[in-house]
Amino acid sequence: MSERALHDPFTRLDRQREADRLGMLLFLGSEVMLFGGLFAAAMVLRLQHSHDYIAASKEMHYWLGGINTAVLLTSSALVAGALEATRAGRARLSGWLLGFAIALGLAFLAIKGTEYAIEWREGVVPRFSDAKLHGGPHELFMVLYFCATGLHALHVTGGLTLLGMMIWPKGAARAEREATTLGNVALYWHLVDLIWIFLYPTLYLAR
Amino acid sequence: MTASLRLVLVWAALMGLLALTIGASFLPLGPVLPVISYAIAAAKAGLVLWFFMELREEGGLARLAGMAGFIWLAFLLTLLAADLTTR
Repeated sequence: MSERALHDPFTRLDRQREADRLGMLLFLGSEVMLFGGLFAAAMVLRLQHSHDYIAASKEMHYWLGGINTAVLLTSSALVAGALEATRAGRARLSGWLLGFAIALGLAFLAIKGTEYAIEWREGVVPRFSDAKLHGGPHELFMVLYFCATGLHALHVTGGLTLLGMMIWPKGAARAEREATTLGNVALYWHLVDLIWIFLYPTLYLAR
Repeated sequence: MTASLRLVLVWAALMGLLALTIGASFLPLGPVLPVISYAIAAAKAGLVLWFFMELREEGGLARLAGMAGFIWLAFLLTLLAADLTTR
Protein backbone atom coordinates (compact mmCIF):
# COMPACT_ATOMS: atom_id res chain seq x y z
CA MET A 1 0.00 0.00 0.00
CA SER A 2 2.73 2.47 0.90
CA GLU A 3 4.47 2.18 -2.51
CA ARG A 4 1.19 3.05 -4.23
CA ALA A 5 0.50 5.91 -1.86
CA LEU A 6 3.75 7.68 -2.75
CA HIS A 7 3.58 10.01 -5.76
CA ASP A 8 6.13 12.03 -7.75
CA PRO A 9 7.99 14.26 -7.00
CA PHE A 10 8.22 12.97 -3.42
CA THR A 11 10.73 10.37 -2.33
CA ARG A 12 9.44 9.99 1.21
CA LEU A 13 5.93 9.57 2.60
CA ASP A 14 6.38 12.00 5.49
CA ARG A 15 7.49 14.76 3.09
CA GLN A 16 4.52 14.06 0.85
CA ARG A 17 2.15 14.14 3.81
CA GLU A 18 3.60 17.44 5.05
CA ALA A 19 3.20 19.04 1.60
CA ASP A 20 -0.36 17.71 1.26
CA ARG A 21 -1.36 19.05 4.68
CA LEU A 22 0.25 22.43 4.05
CA GLY A 23 -1.54 22.81 0.73
CA MET A 24 -4.87 21.90 2.29
CA LEU A 25 -4.39 24.27 5.25
CA LEU A 26 -3.54 27.16 2.89
CA PHE A 27 -6.65 26.41 0.84
CA LEU A 28 -8.71 26.41 4.03
CA GLY A 29 -7.15 29.80 4.88
CA SER A 30 -8.63 31.14 1.63
CA GLU A 31 -12.01 29.72 2.68
CA VAL A 32 -11.72 31.57 5.99
CA MET A 33 -11.20 34.80 4.04
CA LEU A 34 -14.19 34.04 1.78
CA PHE A 35 -16.51 33.70 4.78
CA GLY A 36 -14.60 36.51 6.48
CA GLY A 37 -16.20 38.99 4.09
CA LEU A 38 -19.65 37.88 5.24
CA PHE A 39 -18.64 38.13 8.91
CA ALA A 40 -17.28 41.62 8.24
CA ALA A 41 -20.63 42.57 6.66
CA ALA A 42 -22.44 41.20 9.73
CA MET A 43 -20.20 43.25 12.03
CA VAL A 44 -20.83 46.46 10.06
CA LEU A 45 -24.58 45.84 10.11
CA ARG A 46 -24.52 45.16 13.85
CA LEU A 47 -22.41 48.26 14.64
CA GLN A 48 -24.52 50.57 12.50
CA HIS A 49 -28.00 49.18 13.29
CA SER A 50 -27.48 47.41 16.56
CA HIS A 51 -31.13 47.69 17.72
CA ASP A 52 -32.54 46.34 14.42
CA TYR A 53 -29.86 43.66 14.22
CA ILE A 54 -30.79 42.33 17.66
CA ALA A 55 -34.52 42.50 16.86
CA ALA A 56 -33.94 40.53 13.63
CA SER A 57 -31.76 37.95 15.37
CA LYS A 58 -34.41 37.40 18.07
CA GLU A 59 -36.84 36.30 15.36
CA MET A 60 -34.50 33.51 14.24
CA HIS A 61 -35.26 29.91 15.20
CA TYR A 62 -32.33 29.53 17.57
CA TRP A 63 -33.30 25.98 18.60
CA LEU A 64 -33.11 24.75 14.99
CA GLY A 65 -29.72 26.45 14.65
CA GLY A 66 -28.66 24.95 17.98
CA ILE A 67 -29.70 21.42 16.99
CA ASN A 68 -27.79 21.90 13.74
CA THR A 69 -24.70 23.03 15.67
CA ALA A 70 -24.85 19.84 17.76
CA VAL A 71 -25.40 17.72 14.62
CA LEU A 72 -22.40 19.24 12.84
CA LEU A 73 -20.09 19.05 15.89
CA THR A 74 -21.01 15.38 16.36
CA SER A 75 -20.41 14.68 12.67
CA SER A 76 -16.97 16.28 12.95
CA ALA A 77 -16.13 14.14 15.99
CA LEU A 78 -17.14 11.00 14.04
CA VAL A 79 -14.87 11.96 11.13
CA ALA A 80 -11.99 12.52 13.57
CA GLY A 81 -12.73 9.03 14.96
CA ALA A 82 -12.78 7.54 11.45
CA LEU A 83 -9.32 8.99 10.83
CA GLU A 84 -7.99 7.36 14.01
CA ALA A 85 -9.61 4.05 13.01
CA THR A 86 -8.03 4.18 9.54
CA ARG A 87 -4.59 4.77 11.06
CA ALA A 88 -5.16 1.81 13.41
CA GLY A 89 -5.89 -0.38 10.36
CA ARG A 90 -9.60 -0.71 11.19
CA ALA A 91 -10.98 0.20 7.77
CA ARG A 92 -14.38 -1.35 8.47
CA LEU A 93 -14.96 0.70 11.64
CA SER A 94 -13.73 3.77 9.77
CA GLY A 95 -16.33 3.13 7.05
CA TRP A 96 -19.16 2.93 9.61
CA LEU A 97 -18.06 6.12 11.36
CA LEU A 98 -17.85 7.96 8.02
CA GLY A 99 -21.32 6.62 7.12
CA PHE A 100 -22.79 8.03 10.36
CA ALA A 101 -20.96 11.33 9.79
CA ILE A 102 -22.49 11.57 6.30
CA ALA A 103 -25.96 10.77 7.69
CA LEU A 104 -25.57 13.62 10.21
CA GLY A 105 -24.41 15.96 7.42
CA LEU A 106 -27.55 15.10 5.45
CA ALA A 107 -29.62 15.67 8.61
CA PHE A 108 -28.02 19.13 8.87
CA LEU A 109 -29.13 19.98 5.33
CA ALA A 110 -32.64 18.62 5.99
CA ILE A 111 -32.99 20.76 9.14
CA LYS A 112 -31.62 23.79 7.28
CA GLY A 113 -34.12 23.21 4.46
CA THR A 114 -36.96 22.93 6.99
CA GLU A 115 -35.87 26.21 8.52
CA TYR A 116 -35.85 27.92 5.10
CA ALA A 117 -39.37 26.58 4.48
CA ILE A 118 -40.57 27.94 7.86
CA GLU A 119 -39.04 31.35 7.03
CA TRP A 120 -40.75 31.30 3.63
CA ARG A 121 -44.13 30.70 5.31
CA GLU A 122 -43.41 33.42 7.89
CA GLY A 123 -42.74 35.91 5.10
CA VAL A 124 -39.19 36.93 6.02
CA VAL A 125 -37.49 35.98 2.73
CA PRO A 126 -36.32 39.18 0.95
CA ARG A 127 -37.86 39.73 -2.53
CA PHE A 128 -39.66 36.39 -2.67
CA SER A 129 -41.81 36.23 0.44
CA ASP A 130 -41.29 39.50 2.30
CA ALA A 131 -44.65 40.30 3.92
CA LYS A 132 -43.23 40.39 7.48
CA LEU A 133 -39.96 42.25 6.90
CA HIS A 134 -39.75 45.43 9.00
CA GLY A 135 -37.74 47.65 6.69
CA GLY A 136 -34.14 48.12 5.55
CA PRO A 137 -31.91 46.72 8.30
CA HIS A 138 -34.17 43.68 8.82
CA GLU A 139 -34.07 42.97 5.08
CA LEU A 140 -30.27 43.40 5.06
CA PHE A 141 -30.00 40.97 7.98
CA MET A 142 -32.10 38.35 6.19
CA VAL A 143 -30.15 38.80 2.91
CA LEU A 144 -26.96 38.27 4.91
CA TYR A 145 -28.49 35.23 6.63
CA PHE A 146 -29.46 33.57 3.35
CA CYS A 147 -26.11 34.37 1.69
CA ALA A 148 -24.04 33.13 4.63
CA THR A 149 -26.04 29.99 5.42
CA GLY A 150 -26.57 29.27 1.71
CA LEU A 151 -22.85 29.46 0.99
CA HIS A 152 -22.23 27.32 4.07
CA ALA A 153 -24.81 24.76 2.89
CA LEU A 154 -22.95 24.56 -0.46
CA HIS A 155 -19.79 23.80 1.51
CA VAL A 156 -21.65 21.12 3.50
CA THR A 157 -22.77 19.58 0.19
CA GLY A 158 -19.19 19.67 -1.13
CA GLY A 159 -17.87 18.14 2.09
CA LEU A 160 -20.50 15.38 1.96
CA THR A 161 -19.49 14.60 -1.63
CA LEU A 162 -15.85 14.28 -0.55
CA LEU A 163 -16.77 12.12 2.47
CA GLY A 164 -18.93 9.95 0.21
CA MET A 165 -15.97 9.42 -2.12
CA MET A 166 -14.05 8.02 0.86
CA ILE A 167 -16.48 5.13 1.34
CA TRP A 168 -17.95 4.65 -2.14
CA PRO A 169 -17.51 2.76 -4.42
CA LYS A 170 -14.52 0.91 -3.02
CA GLY A 171 -13.47 2.70 0.11
CA ALA A 172 -9.80 2.58 -0.88
CA ALA A 173 -9.03 5.81 0.97
CA ARG A 174 -9.95 4.40 4.37
CA ALA A 175 -7.74 1.36 3.84
CA GLU A 176 -4.75 3.62 3.27
CA ARG A 177 -2.85 3.49 6.57
CA GLU A 178 -1.18 6.89 6.19
CA ALA A 179 -4.65 8.39 5.72
CA THR A 180 -3.33 11.34 3.68
CA THR A 181 -6.42 11.67 1.49
CA LEU A 182 -8.87 10.95 4.29
CA GLY A 183 -6.92 13.35 6.54
CA ASN A 184 -7.33 16.20 4.07
CA VAL A 185 -11.03 15.47 3.51
CA ALA A 186 -11.44 15.45 7.31
CA LEU A 187 -9.73 18.86 7.50
CA TYR A 188 -12.26 20.25 5.01
CA TRP A 189 -15.19 18.83 6.99
CA HIS A 190 -13.85 20.33 10.23
CA LEU A 191 -13.54 23.73 8.55
CA VAL A 192 -17.20 23.57 7.51
CA ASP A 193 -17.90 22.90 11.20
CA LEU A 194 -15.66 25.79 12.32
CA ILE A 195 -17.51 28.27 10.10
CA TRP A 196 -20.85 27.19 11.53
CA ILE A 197 -19.48 27.59 15.09
CA PHE A 198 -19.11 31.32 14.32
CA LEU A 199 -22.21 31.70 12.14
CA TYR A 200 -24.46 30.42 14.94
CA PRO A 201 -23.83 33.17 17.55
CA THR A 202 -23.57 35.80 14.77
CA LEU A 203 -27.00 35.12 13.29
CA TYR A 204 -29.03 33.38 15.99
CA LEU A 205 -27.78 34.47 19.40
CA ALA A 206 -27.58 38.28 19.19
CA ARG A 207 -30.00 39.46 21.88
CA MET B 1 -5.33 8.53 27.29
CA THR B 2 -6.60 6.56 24.31
CA ALA B 3 -7.40 8.42 21.12
CA SER B 4 -11.10 7.50 21.19
CA LEU B 5 -11.56 8.57 24.83
CA ARG B 6 -9.89 11.89 24.01
CA LEU B 7 -12.30 12.45 21.09
CA VAL B 8 -15.32 11.65 23.28
CA LEU B 9 -14.14 14.11 25.94
CA VAL B 10 -13.57 16.85 23.35
CA TRP B 11 -17.04 16.17 21.89
CA ALA B 12 -18.58 16.41 25.39
CA ALA B 13 -16.75 19.69 26.01
CA LEU B 14 -18.08 21.05 22.68
CA MET B 15 -21.66 20.09 23.63
CA GLY B 16 -21.19 21.75 27.04
CA LEU B 17 -19.96 24.96 25.42
CA LEU B 18 -22.92 24.91 23.01
CA ALA B 19 -25.36 24.66 25.96
CA LEU B 20 -23.45 27.46 27.70
CA THR B 21 -23.60 29.83 24.73
CA ILE B 22 -27.37 29.27 24.26
CA GLY B 23 -27.94 29.76 28.00
CA ALA B 24 -25.80 32.91 28.14
CA SER B 25 -27.78 34.49 25.30
CA PHE B 26 -30.86 34.57 27.57
CA LEU B 27 -29.14 36.35 30.44
CA PRO B 28 -29.54 40.15 30.63
CA LEU B 29 -25.93 40.82 29.63
CA GLY B 30 -26.53 43.64 27.16
CA PRO B 31 -23.38 44.77 25.35
CA VAL B 32 -21.26 42.12 27.13
CA LEU B 33 -23.14 39.28 25.40
CA PRO B 34 -21.23 39.42 22.06
CA VAL B 35 -17.94 39.26 24.00
CA ILE B 36 -19.11 36.10 25.80
CA SER B 37 -20.68 34.55 22.66
CA TYR B 38 -17.52 34.99 20.62
CA ALA B 39 -15.24 33.90 23.48
CA ILE B 40 -17.21 30.63 23.68
CA ALA B 41 -17.14 30.29 19.86
CA ALA B 42 -13.36 30.83 19.93
CA ALA B 43 -13.01 28.15 22.63
CA LYS B 44 -15.03 25.71 20.49
CA ALA B 45 -12.96 26.60 17.42
CA GLY B 46 -9.80 26.06 19.45
CA LEU B 47 -10.92 22.56 20.45
CA VAL B 48 -11.78 21.69 16.84
CA LEU B 49 -8.49 23.07 15.50
CA TRP B 50 -6.31 21.55 18.23
CA PHE B 51 -7.86 18.08 18.50
CA PHE B 52 -10.02 17.33 15.43
CA MET B 53 -7.77 19.12 12.91
CA GLU B 54 -4.75 17.72 14.76
CA LEU B 55 -2.76 20.94 14.98
CA ARG B 56 -1.50 19.54 18.32
CA GLU B 57 0.51 17.00 16.34
CA GLU B 58 1.75 19.41 13.68
CA GLY B 59 4.96 21.41 13.43
CA GLY B 60 5.21 25.19 13.45
CA LEU B 61 4.81 25.56 9.68
CA ALA B 62 1.46 23.76 9.51
CA ARG B 63 0.18 25.60 12.61
CA LEU B 64 1.10 28.93 11.04
CA ALA B 65 -0.62 27.95 7.78
CA GLY B 66 -3.71 26.86 9.74
CA MET B 67 -3.90 30.16 11.64
CA ALA B 68 -2.95 32.49 8.75
CA GLY B 69 -6.53 33.02 7.53
CA PHE B 70 -7.77 33.82 11.05
CA ILE B 71 -4.91 36.26 11.67
CA TRP B 72 -5.61 38.26 8.50
CA LEU B 73 -9.33 38.15 9.25
CA ALA B 74 -8.62 39.59 12.71
CA PHE B 75 -6.81 42.52 11.01
CA LEU B 76 -9.77 43.09 8.68
CA LEU B 77 -12.35 43.06 11.50
CA THR B 78 -10.24 45.18 13.89
CA LEU B 79 -9.50 47.93 11.35
CA LEU B 80 -13.09 47.92 10.09
CA ALA B 81 -14.43 48.26 13.65
CA ALA B 82 -11.89 51.00 14.42
CA ASP B 83 -13.06 52.95 11.37
CA LEU B 84 -16.78 52.56 12.09
CA THR B 85 -16.66 53.33 15.81
CA THR B 86 -14.47 56.46 15.57
CA ARG B 87 -16.22 58.37 12.80
